[in-house]
Amino acid sequence: METILEILAEVKPGLDLSSETELVDSGILDSMAIIQLVARLSDEFDVEITPVDLVPENFNSVQAIEAMIRRLED
Amino acid sequence: MKTLTDHFDRIAALYPDKKAVSDEQETLTYGELAQQAKGIGTALARTGAKRRAVSLFLHKTPRCVAAMLGTSYSGNFYVVTDPDMPPERIRMTYETLDPAAVITEPALLETLRQTGFSGQVFLIDEVRCEAPDPALLQEVASQALSTDPLYCLFTSGSTGVPKGTVVTHANVIAYTDWFIHAFHIDSTCIFGSQTPFYFSMSVTDLFGALRTGAELVILPKKFFAFPIRLLQFMEQRQVNIIYWVPSALSIIANADLFRYVRPQTLKTVLFAGEVMPVKQLNYWRSFYPDALFANLFGPTETTDICTYYVVDRPFQETEALPIGRACEGCQVMVIGPDGKECAPGEEGELYVRGPFVAPGYYHAPDKTAAAFVQNPLQQAYPEIVYKTGDIVRTNDRGELIYCGRVDHQIKHFGYRIELGEIEAAAMAVDQVFAAACLFDAAGDRILLLYEGKVPEEDVQTALKDRLPGYMLPAMVKKLAAMPHNQNGKIDRSRLKAEYIG
Repeated sequence: METILEILAEVKPGLDLSSETELVDSGILDSMAIIQLVARLSDEFDVEITPVDLVPENFNSVQAIEAMIRRLED
Repeated sequence: MKTLTDHFDRIAALYPDKKAVSDEQETLTYGELAQQAKGIGTALARTGAKRRAVSLFLHKTPRCVAAMLGTSYSGNFYVVTDPDMPPERIRMTYETLDPAAVITEPALLETLRQTGFSGQVFLIDEVRCEAPDPALLQEVASQALSTDPLYCLFTSGSTGVPKGTVVTHANVIAYTDWFIHAFHIDSTCIFGSQTPFYFSMSVTDLFGALRTGAELVILPKKFFAFPIRLLQFMEQRQVNIIYWVPSALSIIANADLFRYVRPQTLKTVLFAGEVMPVKQLNYWRSFYPDALFANLFGPTETTDICTYYVVDRPFQETEALPIGRACEGCQVMVIGPDGKECAPGEEGELYVRGPFVAPGYYHAPDKTAAAFVQNPLQQAYPEIVYKTGDIVRTNDRGELIYCGRVDHQIKHFGYRIELGEIEAAAMAVDQVFAAACLFDAAGDRILLLYEGKVPEEDVQTALKDRLPGYMLPAMVKKLAAMPHNQNGKIDRSRLKAEYIG
């Protein structure tokens, strides 16, 4: 959770995104941010985020991102 | 039939109930689009402005298309202004344009205020419901000329001050005549539109569609980050023709997305705006062996395109895709430093002549005079041609090959080097997805930045096998993600700011 927040802060500095639930739908994370985020998450957690995982629902909140990473780590 | 809207009227009368423009939320039929555009045209014509700029401060939506046509009905020309652009840059364009009016929506009023604009503001959802005044519109139409401007489109100048290219009705009509014939555009076409309305490429699919009764489906920008959704959306909307920047096509290829979804209806794949890497093109061709693929080439100043190449043979990853030959209805010349036509195979600057060539830049006589010049091959009568700043040569087949920009050519160890050649060599390395080459003139160093699944040492080694020593980058750096600009192209200015400063 902490690591994800840190990575989010690298991609979108200066915003408190910990309780945000519409990161994608509200436009906070644009396409460029998503691509950067995916690259950083894959490196950090050593998981492969495949195109199938690339859906807005997996990126709308920190919790959603964490759930996706957990699933991919298994 | 003098103006683009004259052509649109004919099509709208033929296909009143057919879908014209749609996005995720909204669809306008030709009948609805014509009605709304005439309402907007009526409101704008009542201001009394003629041949003035109207800024469309709107996101890419069907109603923005109604505003484009509406501005034309009013006898003025439109400028699509990106609401996500920094207010300071918008202020600079407004200073140049002095717009007669701005059309926007309530949610954007605060941003508009920050640009310092103090003139007349119309709200799109009010003006598009305005009742058209046929007598007023008829009066305006009777005064209109084919040589009047239809729009002004800003491109970033190398000095940082944006230049606004003025494009006329006659330009767009001549240009789309070629496009429609070259790619058999008709009312059965469904375009999947990727490029923003403030980028010249969008002129091609938008007016190609509106002149033939085809449908333009606006692909939501956010789907390019969720490309499976993008392909599903295209499949659901039965998109059969696309005209995208190569970076957008590469997103699909790099993630091997056709394993998951392959839109069945797609028949025509066109691209322009950047060099199309052969590796990614080959991926697309393997999934669409029967589709037509074409490489289009040209600047905003020739409406959008001046040469094209229909892919008609296999290409190796190390080969360059030709930019082909001049579009029918326009001519190109390859001119050497002596002002004379180059011999076949010799490199020279590309010049364009004919009806696609725009009149020039708005409120910028010096910039206009520098790029729109007398035909160097004849002095007998006045003939203004456009000097593109692109270096090209012909190959053995007589097809034009793009060699790079006049201003991207560098001198390094006394050699003249085209940075694009280094990029092409990097792109040919397996698992390299995107590459951009920069030259640090102060330090006399070539830098290569890339995105991919291969370590820096391997790219360096691979380049040594492909390039002469003097072309090898001093630094090769792997990026987590290549930055892209609003048009979807690789953002070179951002890379320069970050890595050269």
